Amino acid sequence: MSTAWSVPASLEIADLLAIAHRIEVDAIDRYALLADQMEAHNNPDLTKVFLDLANAEQIHAEEIRRLAGDIDLRGRADALNAVWRTAESPEQADLNDAHYLMTPWHALQMCLAGEQRALAFFTSIVETAQDAEVRAMAAELVEEEAEHVNLVRRLMRKYPEPTPSWSQDDDLPAAQD
Amino acid sequence: MAEAESISLAIVGSGGAGALTAGNLLLEAATRAGWHGLLSRTVGPQIRGGEAAALIRLATEPVECLADRFDLLIGIDWLNANRFGAEIDVGPQSLVISDPRGGDLPAIVARAAPRMAEVPIKEMAKAIPEGRPNMIAVGLAAGLLRLSEDVLTSVVEKQLADKGRQAIDASNAGLRAGIEAATRLDLGLNLATPKPRNARRWLASGNEMTGLGAIRGGIRFAAAYPITPASDILEWLAPGLAKVGGALFQAEDELAAINMIIGASYGGVPALTATSGPGLSLMTEALGLATAAEIPIVVIDVMRAGPSTGIPTKSEQADLNVAVYGMHGDAPHIVVAPQSIPDCLFTTQWAIHLAEALQAPALVLSDQFIGQSVAAIDRPAEASFVGRRATASQQNGSYKRYELTASGVSPMAIPGMNGGQYTADGLTHNERGTPTSSDNDHRVQLDKRRSKLERFDYGSDWLTREGDGELAIVTWGSLTGAAREAVAQLRDRGLAVRLIAPRLLSPVQPELFNAALDGVKHILVVEQSHGGQFYRFLRAHYGLPGAVRAVHRPGPLPIRPSEIVRAAMQWMH
Amino acid sequence: MTAIETHVTCKPGDYKSDVMPIWCPGCGDYHVLMSFTRAFAKLGLRPENTVVVSGIGCSSRIPAYMTCYGFHGIHGRSLALATGLKVARPDLTVVVASGDGDGYSIGGNHFIQACRRNIDMTYVVMDNRVYGMTKGQPSPTTEPDFDTALSPGGTGLRPFHPLVIALASGANFVARAFSGEPNETADILVEAVRHPGFSFVEILSPCVTFRPDQREWKTKVHPAPVAATSDPARAARRIMTDDGMNIGILYRGDRRPYESKIGAKTVELAKLEEDFAL
Repeated sequence: MSTAWSVPASLEIADLLAIAHRIEVDAIDRYALLADQMEAHNNPDLTKVFLDLANAEQIHAEEIRRLAGDIDLRGRADALNAVWRTAESPEQADLNDAHYLMTPWHALQMCLAGEQRALAFFTSIVETAQDAEVRAMAAELVEEEAEHVNLVRRLMRKYPEPTPSWSQDDDLPAAQD
Repeated sequence: MAEAESISLAIVGSGGAGALTAGNLLLEAATRAGWHGLLSRTVGPQIRGGEAAALIRLATEPVECLADRFDLLIGIDWLNANRFGAEIDVGPQSLVISDPRGGDLPAIVARAAPRMAEVPIKEMAKAIPEGRPNMIAVGLAAGLLRLSEDVLTSVVEKQLADKGRQAIDASNAGLRAGIEAATRLDLGLNLATPKPRNARRWLASGNEMTGLGAIRGGIRFAAAYPITPASDILEWLAPGLAKVGGALFQAEDELAAINMIIGASYGGVPALTATSGPGLSLMTEALGLATAAEIPIVVIDVMRAGPSTGIPTKSEQADLNVAVYGMHGDAPHIVVAPQSIPDCLFTTQWAIHLAEALQAPALVLSDQFIGQSVAAIDRPAEASFVGRRATASQQNGSYKRYELTASGVSPMAIPGMNGGQYTADGLTHNERGTPTSSDNDHRVQLDKRRSKLERFDYGSDWLTREGDGELAIVTWGSLTGAAREAVAQLRDRGLAVRLIAPRLLSPVQPELFNAALDGVKHILVVEQSHGGQFYRFLRAHYGLPGAVRAVHRPGPLPIRPSEIVRAAMQWMH
Repeated sequence: MTAIETHVTCKPGDYKSDVMPIWCPGCGDYHVLMSFTRAFAKLGLRPENTVVVSGIGCSSRIPAYMTCYGFHGIHGRSLALATGLKVARPDLTVVVASGDGDGYSIGGNHFIQACRRNIDMTYVVMDNRVYGMTKGQPSPTTEPDFDTALSPGGTGLRPFHPLVIALASGANFVARAFSGEPNETADILVEAVRHPGFSFVEILSPCVTFRPDQREWKTKVHPAPVAATSDPARAARRIMTDDGMNIGILYRGDRRPYESKIGAKTVELAKLEEDFAL
């Protein structure tokens, strides 16, 4: 995944919160898409895992909305386009890592990578933002993401690493057209 | 325990469960142990991980169609298995094995109130290192059918030879666990001992037999474009042809494929292509060229549900019209249809023989059901004919490519022969092959091309005729197997029935067909086509004595013997 | 230039239907669908004025997954369908979706002719260098040594170079994109739709099932080193010598797009009939 984020140093607090909110919303959408993919490919365990992850992101999104108070987050859309450019939103799970036989462990790996990217993203804002309030807020968000990273790591301990034959499917692909 | 001559079972699973592989294993093991069997499969719309069902019939004698009812249904899981509800008919005597964690039983299965049993298939597989749930399912089926463990493990060793010792051991452990679990279950049926057969047997699909028939018939060049469900033929022929000094080309499309084989055949090399409905439609213009220029080619059409893109993975018998009537102008040609998996070999080989002997295109109407089903068959006998065309010998004077002869077939010059130069042409031509618009030449050549087909002696292979009775069931292609079984069931109910199935559809044989129907008072025409294409074809070209009824419906569900029996009984009683 | 309404504010989600794709998880086409919806949202296209036309193959399933009008046509003929549609209805925005098999094999001739005609539409080919839907045969862009059941040991044939063919045949806009960069791909699609005439975008979109080796594409793609040129000769030299992983708009031409004459009546019927009078 491309990491071509370009955060302007002159970022305002409202922009930061809009970006943070958007990151969570994008993550929710991505997990919902993955849940659909798993449902369509008869992997119900993973459908549930991704729906659970989407719900978790929903909670994070609501927290940021509370933090933002009266600021209108949707109206800040323009600021976001300049930031992402070619990249996907940092916390979005990489679609290319999905597999119809993936296990919960794989899903959590994807989630971990996403949280780590988000952490790196907010860290870069702490380092480059001119406004002190923005830096402080970004630092809070860094701590949030660090907590998420730890949470995911703890969750991963509950799931066994998949066996080497996790992707084995005896049946051949089906020709459909 | 009741003895059965035939037992049917289905294994259903999704998301990498390996249901189809389980079916393959079971069929191979059972047939190695001496039984006969047929395996068909049905899948969901996904390319990977979709819901899939292996439909297997095991019997003491060769079987050519699926039975009316499934005696055993094993669900590795039931995810999206509703899709298969209509295809897997169970009844109160059937045994359904369900994994308690496998999801809800499809409603249509539950409504049939079968005997239910729970086996924790996925859990049992997890208890074995590298264990696979489909192996548990195979073990369950094998145990219930009393299949020898030795035969099973030998098949596993063969099929997993390149996967390593651990995979083989895990599979065998799964089999044993399934067999053990089966000891606590009761199928209520025993598969009777198979009758000994003298013939050596093969395990093959119709598509593979088509490929082999092509090579046996002398094809050495094939050009084709991948299309479901014909691609299997191409995948078999690609290395197969190379081994016998031939070649297969993947063409850029069907227009190219058909023109390429015409070119190869013009050059003297027997040539063939394989496609399905949409591809055949594209080929119609060039089929006219091969007809007009009198160039032998063979086109295999593995029919699928249409029209247009249709249902690519399902069978139907609705390409008869395009095969017989699809060309513009008056372009009589050969259309044949195999009636079973081994007949794919015979009929393809026969088609090559006819095409080469008559210098005309021959269309072979196979279908997805026989094309992709796998069965134990007697090793097909060597047929006595191989494609042979009349070629011109050294010419002294001016060569007439389309010279009028008694048979209507003119010796064909092959490039390389001095003095035989001619230009093949789709334009109307005279005996020399020169383009003409003369009314006489046009008429003469049209007569020649029609009469060469009509004068030919197709022998007894042109039609299958079995049994006797005042009722005749007339069908064609893959439905012959289901009709044959229906006839046997009707005979058991005291109704004498004659089975008629033409292998040669075009050119029509009015005198011979009338003779085949001699004494018949009721004709039941059965086919898998929404529009009743075969029925209308018969009405157009043949006198049908007595009362005639047509039973026809489209795919995707196969027509079972019981449907035919019901139609006959309703009419005759 | 199509009459694109830029004041309509739509979100990408508005363009996605609720039909669940059959594409394998991990397929690049999921990202392409995203790029389509993002591009349509940026362009402010009205779904009812937009038609997505396709042929047969995995990529060609995309119309059903969008809320615009769609046509899932027959194998290889998407450009012919789209041509008829656009000439008859120049007011519509027509986007054509295809794959490397559908577009460059059976669709090859229509591809060349569509570039020549330069009718205002955007042609998007999702290239995964294999026939996915029919289980893994080589396509015209498959590498010559790639082993398949139908061509054991590889075809031995030089792969088709669609960008060069498009340029040589008269396409007015030529670009290469990578599915793994959906925002950049969306931006390229926006430019392609906005550019008048026949716009051709090849999207490298990995096939997770039959070409797992294409996972490495994400490390191999790189932005095109120079900006797009309007000089076809220069573009041709660049495209013929690039490594096939150059991402970006490579050529923007200034050919006048085909002008549909439909609806421009000039003579009364009675005048036509005068010629028959004795």
